[in-house]
Amino acid sequence: MASLKDLRNRISTVKSTQKITSAMKMVAASRLRRAQEQAERSRPFAMRMERMLASLARSAAVAGQGPRLMVGTGHDQVHLLVVVTSDRGLCGGFNASITRETRRQIRTLQQQGKTVRLMIVGRKGRDNLRRDYNSLIFHTITDLGGRIDFSLADRISDRLLAAFDAGEFDVCTVIYNRFKSAISQVVTVQQLIPLPPVEPAEGEGAVAADGGKAVYEFEPDEEAILRELLPRNLSVQVFKALLESSASEQGARMTAMDNATRNAGEMINGLTLLYNRTRQAAITKELIEIISGAEAL
Amino acid sequence: MAETLEFELVSPEKLLMQRSVEMVVVPGAEGNFAAMRGHAPVISTLRPGVIDVYDKRPEIADRIFVAGGFAEVTANRCTVLAEEAVPLSDLDSGALDQAIRDLAEDVTDAKEATARVAAEKALNVAKAKRAALRR
Repeated sequence: MASLKDLRNRISTVKSTQKITSAMKMVAASRLRRAQEQAERSRPFAMRMERMLASLARSAAVAGQGPRLMVGTGHDQVHLLVVVTSDRGLCGGFNASITRETRRQIRTLQQQGKTVRLMIVGRKGRDNLRRDYNSLIFHTITDLGGRIDFSLADRISDRLLAAFDAGEFDVCTVIYNRFKSAISQVVTVQQLIPLPPVEPAEGEGAVAADGGKAVYEFEPDEEAILRELLPRNLSVQVFKALLESSASEQGARMTAMDNATRNAGEMINGLTLLYNRTRQAAITKELIEIISGAEAL
Repeated sequence: MAETLEFELVSPEKLLMQRSVEMVVVPGAEGNFAAMRGHAPVISTLRPGVIDVYDKRPEIADRIFVAGGFAEVTANRCTVLAEEAVPLSDLDSGALDQAIRDLAEDVTDAKEATARVAAEKALNVAKAKRAALRR
């Protein structure tokens, strides 16, 4: 049986752990709010870009061909997976679920005889995947820091474009956690190159509402605009994935730390009860010893 | 009051401006163009330059420098997707002269082709900013 001193030590350890986890929870909560706001603010741009792309794609589809970013290289032999994870741990199943999905994708693609290459964002994903797939990794980006700005997304997409132009891959897919709520993040697999046809979602109705089925004039021309717009769109999509992932990370961490704090509380209650019982038992024992000693006289 | 146009200026990081205006002049790739209500639908790329926003002609209500991007104009809406947007009044010509000198150095010092291209791009943007201020 643990001595009273041991129990006291245990309790104080758990208490300080609880302090840390609850502080981490608070920090995650405030970061989550910031990340969510950032994601919110970036949405108008992405929305309008999609609208523009949709109307461009409509007229380019008539022409029957588009730039390579849209129609692809004509092969799908080499797949590049962009895996978005976090730099830090202690966020529940956040990184585990991403790497699990990545492994699944790699296995399926390899079974089909495709070549897979990896580009990893975030230290945790690198550490996890490097064990089995070190040879596939072609680029990693770590130390994202707290803030995600557009220039980071730009750097990633520049890197992707350079590799694409050099013919290093045919298909590019990004795997990230989409933020649904603080307690639920959805692993999302999204193809970036070639760009899947844009669904003019609510756009169709909106276009009809303002100015009828607008037939756009293009300046300079469709081709030139698409050539500029598609790389931009790639950055925007990467940016979106990064933002969603960072909001998810904070959400996951908040939930994980909330659970940890609650568990620590339960543990403290249990240990305190045990401590009090043990103390009482010791007192009772001493009393019995004294009384029976006195009776023996 | 004349008929108005919905003007939106959006950067990747946030929605910068959204309001009803009478006219906007946009630095299109093939020359500046003014967008008013009833303009024919156009999608255009932008070159580095200044967007002039007219709430009520002839006064210019806002002058905003953009480093590039895209504009979509329909009969009652003008959307500008800008890569970098700064109000012209926030630009400082002294600092820009310095930046142009630094960037010109970067261009000559750049060892890799990609670094040089990036530096040249930044230099062009800085020069365009400078030119916008002189006007």
